[in-house]
Amino acid sequence: MRELVVISGKGGTGKTSVAASLAVLSDRPVIADCDVDAADLHLVFQPVVRERSEFYSGHRAVIRRNICTGCGACRNVCRFDAVGMVDTAPGDSVYFIDSTACEGCGACVRFCPAGAIDFPERHCGQWMVSDTRVGPMVHGRLGTAAENSGRLVSLIRSEARRVANADDRRSIIIDGPPGIGCPVIASVTGATMVLVVTEPTLSGEHDLKRVMELTAHFQIPTWVAMNKWDINPEITLRVEREAAASGAKLAGRIRYDPGVTEAQMNGRAVVETDAPSAYDMAKIWDNLGFQA
Amino acid sequence: MRLVVASGKGGTGKTTVAVNLAKSWGSPVQLLDCDVEAPNTRLFLGGTMLESQVVTISVPEVNEALCNGCGECSRFCEYSAMACVAGKAMVFVSMCHSCGGCSLVCPTGAISEVESRIGTIVTSSFGKTTLLEGILDVGSTMAPQLIRRLKSLVKSGVPAILDSPPGTSCPVVTTMKGADFVILVTEPTPFGLHDLTLAVATTRELGLPFGVVVNRLGIGDDRVHSYCATEHIQVLLEIPDDRRIAEAYSRGELMVDVLPEYAGLFAGLRRELEKR
Repeated sequence: MRELVVISGKGGTGKTSVAASLAVLSDRPVIADCDVDAADLHLVFQPVVRERSEFYSGHRAVIRRNICTGCGACRNVCRFDAVGMVDTAPGDSVYFIDSTACEGCGACVRFCPAGAIDFPERHCGQWMVSDTRVGPMVHGRLGTAAENSGRLVSLIRSEARRVANADDRRSIIIDGPPGIGCPVIASVTGATMVLVVTEPTLSGEHDLKRVMELTAHFQIPTWVAMNKWDINPEITLRVEREAAASGAKLAGRIRYDPGVTEAQMNGRAVVETDAPSAYDMAKIWDNLGFQA
Repeated sequence: MRLVVASGKGGTGKTTVAVNLAKSWGSPVQLLDCDVEAPNTRLFLGGTMLESQVVTISVPEVNEALCNGCGECSRFCEYSAMACVAGKAMVFVSMCHSCGGCSLVCPTGAISEVESRIGTIVTSSFGKTTLLEGILDVGSTMAPQLIRRLKSLVKSGVPAILDSPPGTSCPVVTTMKGADFVILVTEPTPFGLHDLTLAVATTRELGLPFGVVVNRLGIGDDRVHSYCATEHIQVLLEIPDDRRIAEAYSRGELMVDVLPEYAGLFAGLRRELEKR
């Protein structure tokens, strides 16, 4: 099983547009959208949902008000500022848990002397297995203000592998999240190769360095593609040199092309249109040799 | 006043709005780069670095002489950061959320806490702006902890502008909490609209007032505007699609400095925000 993960460090550099095109160009892929915070790949592939499952991860603390004695033990042990106080009557108050701040550690549950705190499983979103015009797609939807995006990413990757095995498919194309934190680490660990899509800006350059430190740390072969390279040819050259010097392979350049937005408007991958940059993306796919 | 600049989708122009707004604020302002995984604010400002401090969280350390291998800590830990190996408790620091629970539940007092590094906070100043920048160590997953520390350094009485990470999950929620107003930056494309709806849901869940900035106006279509009209969301500012803005951005230059015709936009945004 081979997994190609498209990430970027900086957001908005064109990860999803590139990943969608690579998925179209590949032979019998499974597609996985691991940008569970702000998943957009479904806007290109209009998946028809085959299976839908709820995603539960960890727990959350809930205080039963009728049992709470207002002693404050929960507030003393909570390190996440998740315990608030509400007045029930003049001079009388009870505590409550702010579920958007609670990290589900369970310390308050353990140390409440009145046993007033429940600890139910936390519903964090949904994940789906769907069919698209290029193959099966596994994708998720994190609940509003929910936690545990890293665990949802891991789940989506393992489901994508299951779907691939069941359907005798050998390649998984993964659209990853921005940044270098928890969901990115969950997206790249153990992958066959990473393609970093960056742009010739000081921000793109800075964030590329950080994301390459991460892939070096996890020892994953890393390729770099420069999107909108002609916005600043000078920085493009500099960033490509730096990336190559740090051990990345250069996958290619994509020109600044309003056709990318046009494709998005029409719910198509760029390589499914006659936008000039379709050629650039096809060239990148060829250079990667992912299925060669 | 505490303002958060957020977006859902990455790369829509959060940092552009935050730095240009800070630069055109006129009076002293604090700018916080809460996008600790990919902090870029300082690239646009330069300025003088005043201080760099290492940020740590408290993680457990096991005194093997006192540990009797009862396993209470590993049963308690919700993050799989403690395990019992060969009759002794063992810590997996990278999994630890620093809740402190294990040291409280250990019946033999074998667990104490030590500090473990997760990142740095760099303070710099340029003109009337003080920049506080959080930089997460590569490989760390503790972005929310670093953001909380960063926010604790805000001085009251001086307006603060917080540049949020993209997305809608824990780091964004941690950044938004306690805000007086949230500015959601989007672009008029299908991806921009979809992620705006997610960001709006998050902001509403937290009960915070917000408005929208539409960046790169002219690309895509008017669906973001129709959505805002239907949902009664105020469009605070429109920034046109102009290749010169993208080129200035690529060089780390501020729009309000090199394209003076746009300076009025941010002065207008400040006036709009101060009405609230």
